Parts: sequence; structure tokens; C-alpha cells
Amino acid sequence: MNFGTLPKRALTMVTTLAAVATLAFAPQAVLAQDVAADVTAPLPPVAAAPVLDPAPAADAAVIAAPAEGAYKPLGTDMIKGQPVDKGITFQEQYTEDGAFALWMHDAILLPVITVISLFVLGLLLWVVVKFNRRSNKVASKTTHNTFIEVVWTVIPVLILVVIAVPSITLLARQYESPPADAVTIKATGYQWYWGYTYPDNGGFEIVSNMLTKEDAIANGEPALLAVDNRMVVPANTPIRLQTTAADVIHAFAVPSLWFKLDAVPGRLNERLLTIKEPGIYYGQCSELCGARHGYMPIAVEALPRAEWEAWVREQGGIVAGDAVEETAAPAAAEETAPQATVS
Amino acid sequence: MATTADQFQAHTEDHGHHDADHKPAFFARWFMSTNHKDIGTLYLIFAICAGIIGGFISGIMRMELAAPGIQYLGYWVSLMGGEASFDANLHMWNVLITAHGLIMVFFMVMPAMIGGFGNWFVPLMIGAPDMAFPRMNNISFWLTVAGFSSLMFSTFVPGGTGLGAGIGWTAYAPLSTTGSTGPAVDFAIFSLHLAGAASIMGAINFITTIFNMRAPGMTLHKMPLFVWSVLVTAFLLLLALPVLAAAITMLLTDRNFGTTFFDPAGGGDPVLYQHLFWFFGHPEVYIMILPGFGMVSQIVATFSKKPVFGYLGMAYAMVAIGVVGFVVWAHHMYTTGLDVNTKMYFTAATMVIAVPTGVKIFSWIATMWGGSLEFKSPLVWAMGFIFLFTVGGVTGVVLANGGVDDVLHDTYYVVAHFHYVLSMGAVFSLFAGFYYWFPKMSGKMHSEFLSHLHFWVFFVGVNIIFFPQHFLGMDGMPRRIPDYPEAFSYWNNVSSYGYYIMAASMGIFFVNIAYAFIAGKKAGDNPWGEGATTLEWTLSSPPPYHQFETLPVIEDHHDYHDHRPATD
Repeated sequence: MNFGTLPKRALTMVTTLAAVATLAFAPQAVLAQDVAADVTAPLPPVAAAPVLDPAPAADAAVIAAPAEGAYKPLGTDMIKGQPVDKGITFQEQYTEDGAFALWMHDAILLPVITVISLFVLGLLLWVVVKFNRRSNKVASKTTHNTFIEVVWTVIPVLILVVIAVPSITLLARQYESPPADAVTIKATGYQWYWGYTYPDNGGFEIVSNMLTKEDAIANGEPALLAVDNRMVVPANTPIRLQTTAADVIHAFAVPSLWFKLDAVPGRLNERLLTIKEPGIYYGQCSELCGARHGYMPIAVEALPRAEWEAWVREQGGIVAGDAVEETAAPAAAEETAPQATVS
Repeated sequence: MATTADQFQAHTEDHGHHDADHKPAFFARWFMSTNHKDIGTLYLIFAICAGIIGGFISGIMRMELAAPGIQYLGYWVSLMGGEASFDANLHMWNVLITAHGLIMVFFMVMPAMIGGFGNWFVPLMIGAPDMAFPRMNNISFWLTVAGFSSLMFSTFVPGGTGLGAGIGWTAYAPLSTTGSTGPAVDFAIFSLHLAGAASIMGAINFITTIFNMRAPGMTLHKMPLFVWSVLVTAFLLLLALPVLAAAITMLLTDRNFGTTFFDPAGGGDPVLYQHLFWFFGHPEVYIMILPGFGMVSQIVATFSKKPVFGYLGMAYAMVAIGVVGFVVWAHHMYTTGLDVNTKMYFTAATMVIAVPTGVKIFSWIATMWGGSLEFKSPLVWAMGFIFLFTVGGVTGVVLANGGVDDVLHDTYYVVAHFHYVLSMGAVFSLFAGFYYWFPKMSGKMHSEFLSHLHFWVFFVGVNIIFFPQHFLGMDGMPRRIPDYPEAFSYWNNVSSYGYYIMAASMGIFFVNIAYAFIAGKKAGDNPWGEGATTLEWTLSSPPPYHQFETLPVIEDHHDYHDHRPATD
């Protein structure tokens, strides 16, 4: 990304917003991270959303009280969403939409396509047996039959209508808007790791790298799916999951949540995600993003709401209702200031 | 070589003194060709060579994927003259998938179907002496060769994290712009420019030939379905390829001249590239399969000894597929953040394509119904096509659902789907066409036994490769990764065994060709009997160097496919 070509006005705007952010944000661990500048800089309202929103701006600050109840990462017994060895079907689903989609596949699509394939195979075998040269010496000359032609046009149309109804329903469900109190989490794809930002909770960013095979196995986790810092989210709570990318296109995908959304530089994609129960759900980057595309897994850790809040506080973040006090945070400016290091 | 060229000149000026079978000397004949049959042969040889390279690359990929971990990539990096390192090895993987895709699409399937069989048989089937623009035909072929050379060259120059272009055949920005430094991607893009220009010229040639050079009495509605399929394909090429050319030119200027069409930092949008690419890319998949539809129609009718069932429906089903194929492109982009209405539209529009495709499948079966089937190799391959294309087609209906695609997009389910329609659909129709027309083209009969053996081994091999990939995709394995979690190892291993079976079957294919040339029986004018009614079977095998110097006349009341009196 060549930030040298950014229009000056955008730079000014970003700088101004960064200054505002300075007043509002506390120093956070994320700032130590050597990450590229937020590519969404050309969309300042997004980058600085918590600042522009008057409510969080008023009480956004460092947490006064230390978090009650320390966070413990979920153990391997809580791994729920992962590929199944020798699996021949979808992973178990842990969202309502996923369950609906899986039902649609298993109850409608799979039977329909199996029957059609077997029907065509059966017709071919019938033709082989019945109309070979020995069984049928003289070929008929029939080349038209309007009735049958209408039938094989209309019946596929009806089958497609039967498929279309739940399909459109599924799409409508997937695009429901998140409620106002949904927890916003922004997943940013970098070459080749993920960053998870919690703008409603102080804006800290968790950087998530893949564990080496040895470390993953030592942890009892699946190799190539385990990460050092998981994306920790509240279970049973609507999440406004946003995706974007800092360099090239990535895709945030978790099969057991029936969720896949591209992370596109300069765009902010958003989708509602509600995970039914606590657990660990693995996924992988699903858009070719360069050399280590296969090595940037996604691990979502869903916790009960209270434990998630404890985790947020441990990261130096805030949750709604926390007592706050004003502090200046000069380092925050660096977060939104453009850098010209990424090419 | 000047002398041979002069002889060639003399030949054309002095036409009357030579018989129709006089051929120019070697260099003039094969390097300066204006003869549609010779150019068709060149295209077929080229496609086979490209197919060997593309198939060899898939072998490397299946070897690497046979077990988790990175085993062989470093070796290939060193072999290609690079320095093996963690990133260079992984980059090698991306180069392999890119090269495999581009070679198979642009330098194997398209040259074989349109350049090879199209060039050979469209003029013969419509009773024309040659293509409308023979010299343009020649440059179409040599630009394709140049494009292939450019693509091969790209693999030896830097492309970012290693040698070669590792951007996928789709070349999505910004991975293909700011994401890949070095000249490799520029050469890969240039390769597509050349291949695209070649295809556009080829398309112009076919459209002109088919519209203007049909023999007297050969109305559009009497044309063999293969000619219809090439006509529709030529229109798709003509309308789709310029869009690809524009998109990849924008990639070039983004890369080299400071434009920001696809760079958000300058007001551009990476998703714009995807819209442009798939506006070309979706018609492209029909470009790769429609001539196959045409060939299968000819073959099924020939060996059933029956005219094609529902000729007009078959022809206009192809037209419908071509038209609807232009308005469904965003089903390749369901996860890019399209809004809900857009996704609903593309879901519905995509499913509509199943209807004309179903009409074709059922019409082929109806053609065989009541026929007196002779299971010669072309028919066996065509029947394999019908079944496997159906399997690939129904998984396409699953993927058409935007909401379901949320989990399947960019997984091995998609890989399995498009290999069922291409590696089994398009390739089965290519082999069907090859065995159907090989006696006509070469004048020699291939071995029916080896052709059947080739079919069965290939059938088993490709199904073992690709059927388990549905399972991998549903279980969540993403495409385009060289290494994978342990849980995916079983089906990947099975899939890799399938490759070796498939590779063995290709050995049978080449033995069969060698057998035909060395010991094959001489082919008569019409080796397939009464069912083969199109004009190419009225000529000798191989046909004379120049055919139809006196145009054949198609009688008014005789319709090739339709025994009703002609209505137009």
C-alpha cells in the first residue's frame, strides 16, 4: 500500500482524528505491536468509530478497577469446531444460521442432487441395456416429442423453486442487522496473521499468529489451526464482526460457524455472528494471500459473557458500565498515523 | 527457407496446375500455414504439449498434498534455479497452482476445442473450403504459442517471495499488484494478453466463416450442432475477452505506471477487479464446455444411428446458456461483501442455468433412447461425459445458493465441482472428439481396445482424485494451500493415488496414438457407418489438402438433424 499517494486532506483528517483519539484512548498493549497502519485510514469514521460516538467518548478511558476473576484460556476439551478426521460431511454447526444452512443442505440439496445424478445414471444404464445394437437392431427415427420436452423443462424449474425458497430465506437470515448492543469486533488480515480489534471495548488489538506444529501438538491442539492469541468473543451474544485487510485480500472463515467473509483492503465488511455456546472454533484464511496463505489460521474462543468481560479487562480494555478516569495517551496517535513501510 | 516460401507462393498463383492434395514443403506448411486443417493440427499438438506440462504440474501438487507438511516444494524450487527457503518453497506452491490453472484453461482446453477441433471441422461441416481469414487464423495460433512462452518464461523470473507468478489464475488485486514485486506477474499478464488477442481473432474468424461460408442450402437451422456450439462460443469469446484484456491492462498500469484502479489508497477498489475478471471468467467456463456439448451431440447421434433429439431445443439451449452466462458472474464473489439483494439475484440467476443444461442432458439421453447403440470409443467417452458432467452440474446447483456458498466458497468442494465439469466434462468431451475424429484427421484407425481401456482407467482415476475432494471441502479444507491440518490427510492421500491411476491412463492414450500411426488400419471415408451424416464423412480420410473446390449442395428437403421438411 503506497500511502504516499494519499490525498493531503485525508491525511489531515486522519491526523485530527488521531489527536482526538489521543485524548480518549489509554495506552494499550496493541500499540507496541509493529503492525502496518490501518488500511481503513481512507475511511476515517470507521477507523475512529469509538471516538466519533459521543457515548463511548465520554467514558472511554483506562479502567479504574482491576478486573475481577482472572481469565483462563479454554482447555482442549472445549475444542468444538475443527475438521473431522476422514470426515465426509460438514462440521457440526454452532450458530442458528449454520444449523439452518446445514439442514437445507442435508434435507433438500443433498437428496435432490443425489436423486438427479442417480436418475441420469439409471437412464444411461437403461439405454445401454435396452438400446444396444444387439437388443435393438433398427434405430427409431423419433426426434421430437413436445410433451416430454415440456416436462423436462418444467420439472427442473419446479425443483429449483423448491431449492430457492429456503435459499432466499437463508440469505435473509444471514443479513439480519446486528442489534445496537452487539459487540463489535474487527478482524484485520495481515500477511500472514490476523489482528482482532475491539473498538467498543477500548480499541485494543490482539495479534494472532499460528503456533508451530510442535507447540500446537504440545498444547493438545490441532497443528496448523492453533494460534498464540485466540479471538476471544462472548458466546450467546450478537457480535458485529467486521473484516478488513492491511495488504492483500484475506478471508475470515470458520466452517463450524458457517461464516466466511472476505477481508478486503479499503473496505469494511460486516456480518452478524451469534455463537450458541462457549467453545473453540477453528478456521483458516480462505483467500489466496501470498506465500504463507496456508499458515494464518483463525481460532475463535467463545466464553460466557462474564468471563469474556474479565478477559477484556485483562487486555486493558473496558466493558460497558466500567468506572473510568481520564488519562492522556500520547502513543495512541501512532495507531492511526499512516506509515509508509508496507509496499 | 526463402525457396520454400516462393514455392508456396507459386502454388497459390498457379493453382490450376496442381491437384487439390498438393502440399507446401515442411517449413512453409507448418510455420506459415493458412490451411485450416494444418492449423487445427498445430493447435491439437500444442494443446497436447501444454496438457502434458499442466498435467505434470498437477502431479507435483498431488505428490505434495499426499501427506501433511512440505515435502517436495524445496526440490522444485532448486530445480527451477531458485534458492529454497521457507517462503520460496511456499511461493513455489502458488506458482504451481497459477500455472496449472492458466495452462489448462488458456493453453489446453481452449486451443484443443476451438483452435483444434473448431478449425478442423467447422469448415468441413458447413461445406466451406477454408476459414474466412486464413492468415488471421495463422497469427491466432502463433500468438497462442507466444503467450504460452511468456507464461513459461514468467516462472524463471522473480515474482515477490520467490520465482514466478504466485497469484492464482484469477490474479486478484492487490496480490497481483502491490502484493507481487518483480517481473513475473507482468509476464504472466502479458501471456494472457497474447492468448486473449489470439482468441478474439479466432472468434472473429469463426463468426465470419459460419455466417458467410456455409454451402448452398445449409441454413442456420441445418448446421450441425458442433458448428452451433462453436458459433455461440465465438460470440462469448468476442464479448468476454475484451473485458479480461481491460482488467489485466489495469493490473499492468497499477503495477507499473502509478494508477490506482484497484488500490483503495488512491480511491480504487480491489473488488472492482473481481467484477471485471468474473464478467469474463464466467462466460469463460461456458467457452470451455460449449464446444464439448457440440461434440457430444454429434457423437451421440452418430453411434445411436439417430438424428439428435430436439435439434432446435439443443441449439437454442446453448444460446440460452451463453446469454444467461453473462449475468451470473458474481456467484464467484459471494463472500466479498455483496449486499443481500445482489446475492439473492445472483443465486436465482445462477440456478436458471440448470434448466437449459438439463434440457441438453435429457436430449442426449433421448437421442440414445430407441437408438441402435454401437459402443465405439467416442460414444463411451461421450456417455462418461454425460454422467460426470451431471455430477459436476448438480454440485454447481449447491454452490449457486449464496447462503450455502458461505461455507463452501474457496474450499475443495469448489475444486471438486469445477474439475468435475472441466477435468471430466470438458476433457471427456475432448477425448470423445479425439477418438471420433482421429481417423478422419490422420487416416488411421486407433485401437478400440486401448481407447476403451484408456476410458476405464481414466474414469476410475479422475473419480478417485476428485470425488473425495467434495468431502475435504465440506469438512472445511481451503483451496490453494500446500499444507493442511492432520484431519484432512486421509482423503488427500486417497486423492493423490487417483492421480497416479489417471497418469497411467494417459500412458495408454499415447501408446494408442503411436499404435495408430505405426500399425493402425487405414481409415475409410466414413468409419462410423450410417449414423455419421455430417459433411466431413463425405470426404476422404484424411481429407484433401483443399476440399470442396466445388461447393456441396444441401438439398432443400433433407435436413441433417431434423427429418421434418425445412421451414426456413
